[in-house]
Amino acid sequence: MTFVKTSYNRRSFLKVSTAAGGGILLGFSWLSSCTSEPAQAPGLTMPENWYDINGFLKIGENGVVTIMSPNPEIGQNVKTSMPMIVAEELDVDWEHVVVEQAGLDTENFTRQLAGGSQSIRQGWNSLRTAGATARYLLLAAAAQQWGVPVEELATEAGVIHHEKSGQSIGYGEVASAAAGMEVPSEVPLKDPSAFKIIGSSRKNVDAQKIVTGQPLFGLDVQREGMRIAMVAHPPAFNLELESFDAADALAMPGIEQVFAIDTAPEGVEQQWSDVNAFPKAVAIVGRSTWEVMQARKALKVTWKPTGQAESTGQHTAALAKLMEKPTALPQRKDGDPDKAFEGAAKIVERSYRAPFLAHNTMEPMNFFAHVQQDKAELEGPIQTPEFLRTTVAAVLGMEPAQVSIMMTRMGGGFGRRLYGQFATQAALISQQAGVPVKLVYTREDDMTQGTYRPGYLVTYRAALDESGNLIAVQVKGAGIHGSPVFANRFPAGAVDHYKAEDYSLDSNISTGAWRAPRSNFMAYAEQSFLDEVAEAAGKDPIDFRLSLFERAATDPVGENNDYDAERYAGVLKLVKEKSGWGKPAPGLHRGVSAYYCHNSYVAQVVDVEIKGGQPKVKKVWCAVDCGIVVNPDAARNQIEGGIVDGIGHAMYSALTFADGRPEQQNFDRYRLIRHAEAPEEIETFFVDNGIDPTGLGEPSLPPIQSALANALYQATGKRLYSQPFMSEAEVLG
Amino acid sequence: MAKFDLKINNQSYQVDVAPETPLLWVLREHAGLTGTKFGCGIGQCGVCTVHLNGTAMRSCSLPVSAVGTKAVTTIEGLSEKGDHPVQQAWLQHDVPQCGYCQAGQIMTAAALLAQNPTPSDEEINTAMNGNLCRCGTYTRIHAAVKTASSLG
Repeated sequence: MTFVKTSYNRRSFLKVSTAAGGGILLGFSWLSSCTSEPAQAPGLTMPENWYDINGFLKIGENGVVTIMSPNPEIGQNVKTSMPMIVAEELDVDWEHVVVEQAGLDTENFTRQLAGGSQSIRQGWNSLRTAGATARYLLLAAAAQQWGVPVEELATEAGVIHHEKSGQSIGYGEVASAAAGMEVPSEVPLKDPSAFKIIGSSRKNVDAQKIVTGQPLFGLDVQREGMRIAMVAHPPAFNLELESFDAADALAMPGIEQVFAIDTAPEGVEQQWSDVNAFPKAVAIVGRSTWEVMQARKALKVTWKPTGQAESTGQHTAALAKLMEKPTALPQRKDGDPDKAFEGAAKIVERSYRAPFLAHNTMEPMNFFAHVQQDKAELEGPIQTPEFLRTTVAAVLGMEPAQVSIMMTRMGGGFGRRLYGQFATQAALISQQAGVPVKLVYTREDDMTQGTYRPGYLVTYRAALDESGNLIAVQVKGAGIHGSPVFANRFPAGAVDHYKAEDYSLDSNISTGAWRAPRSNFMAYAEQSFLDEVAEAAGKDPIDFRLSLFERAATDPVGENNDYDAERYAGVLKLVKEKSGWGKPAPGLHRGVSAYYCHNSYVAQVVDVEIKGGQPKVKKVWCAVDCGIVVNPDAARNQIEGGIVDGIGHAMYSALTFADGRPEQQNFDRYRLIRHAEAPEEIETFFVDNGIDPTGLGEPSLPPIQSALANALYQATGKRLYSQPFMSEAEVLG
Repeated sequence: MAKFDLKINNQSYQVDVAPETPLLWVLREHAGLTGTKFGCGIGQCGVCTVHLNGTAMRSCSLPVSAVGTKAVTTIEGLSEKGDHPVQQAWLQHDVPQCGYCQAGQIMTAAALLAQNPTPSDEEINTAMNGNLCRCGTYTRIHAAVKTASSLG
């Protein structure tokens, strides 16, 4: 048992009126929340009164507990796993828990953001403390009622026991009194070995609603008097709005208003989360989505050029040319790499490239906004609600306190909904139109509006001595709107002579974070390259990597190495054992990869078969070290999803440009992985080390691309230096 | 604008819309059935899948005027209590991540199993290939279709 300091301001619990009997009923923070049915136990009886214990939870007189899920749910399953952590420390039966999605509530919650695979890692202590504090208040109330020291009380599954007197009482019976108790300055936390809920698989709390089609998503929001809005943004990244003629559009059935909006007006400071290439657009407001779609086709807009119309060919050439320039920014240097290369017995140099990618969440961008004179109510899919509130308040000319934001379940995020310009558009449209609106993007709107994963180019060089030892590595990378290079990642720290340097290329095409930003490219390049270096050194690819980790663990080179070499080696050894590394079964070809990102370690072995010139992944073994696993089956689901996502984009996906325009605007030309192309089997193994949890939503994606590339090399004898793999040769083998 | 009498989930609806309006938008915005999703609008992703007389159809590309007297079934009407074997199997395998595509996946799987109660892996691949899942839950979907086959 450990003690943690509580950081609660009692005021944040007491913003409610005291009910008769001393209890506290319903804090106002609950009013903005979205009530859900008891997802875990549909037969659960709801209580008559709820007692607000703290901002994270309320308890009914019958012992039913409602736990808030503070962070946005994008499919990473935090709406189940975050409340599980609270429930663990509260010590309740999960079957008596109801989960509610919190709205943006910065008084009660911190970091209400979905990004960087950080929800569980950064929420871990506050979620545990919230549950433990509530448990303590319930114990204190029972101790007072019984006139016994609180230290003599124990809890089990929502019941307080006093062993000496043989008395027991349910949480619900003391909830009213607990709500009025003084919050202690510190509370005990469970020893992880005593966890009952954490570490046991619990079903997605929204699953029943999902499989029966209940409204959960932003696009499902319906309100009295709500209109539908769409926007027309420039069709190319070098164009901006000059003028428009709305006469024909306004004459169409169901169309009410057409006007211009600007999400970046003068005097409003833009935040990182406002990234967008098209601040000025034309809004069309009407009564139904289909009618507004038709009217938009009839809208006559004149766009004016503002810069160069870029193309993928230009990007490719410009990145290559940039890499020849002596102007690279030095990021790290260990030893004397130039000299080491001069004296090398063997040098391997390879370049890797990858195209732009669109996020393509299955639910296109949308947001509901109802802006009135003195307040703005927003609801929809957003990964960054707190940042959004700042921007929306600024463009509407309001105080942030006048803006409320409710997060809906999101039909995918992948980084796209970190950038909330679509929600700002909805707010501006509602303000100007004077009606509640739901802004809806089509797939084409979404795929052509920017904030893409940018195109990248990286060159690795390795120097081997006569015995095949790796003595030097150089990595030089370039990307659009920023380099992909992580200077302090492996193999930095494992080689005596090392150099990392990079470049950035400007563009009028907007880019942003895309699931496992930069890692989603660098893992492919680094781990494909090391596979080739291992081969050049005449070593087994796993043993080769392990020897480097051994060096980094026992005698690390340089400072600030990002990773823990022993944990890194641990996943590689685990996957080696589980996959029975060595020769694959006849007809199968095997590749390996390992990568560290989002504070977690992943190693994968892939078996691939070539049939009719098409690769089919037969099996993936995946070893993961992400510390304590909160919800194992859901965690496996995340790992599986990242693997399928990584294979899909490496194999098939690309967004290309011609004349400043994306050449793929919908799924007829933008290729995503489909059912038959997914691996037949994925087996995941978690390292059980009791370390506090780290990232899970992203880390399985980056390494799988190179595990696949390395397996395809075994199958075809050809290394894959450019993504997507299947555009290089439609038939393999 | 024209009036259309529709039979959706065994209930009668009358809507007054332009004849070319896709069934998807009639379901979502006129019948109030938002379980059927919008993904691409061109029949490429499958999130809008419904049954028309038991056959899986892309409602985003089906004008309401083409529905006629055919019975429309949406995810909300697949079973009365949300316990169709496919729905049960989806819960058992805890398939969804974001969940947005799953209604379409379930409708496609239910139509497949109605026609072919014990599909092979190849037949499942073929039937489910038109439904995109951006979260990559395909391996679970595949396993859940097989489980549903055994439950049905």
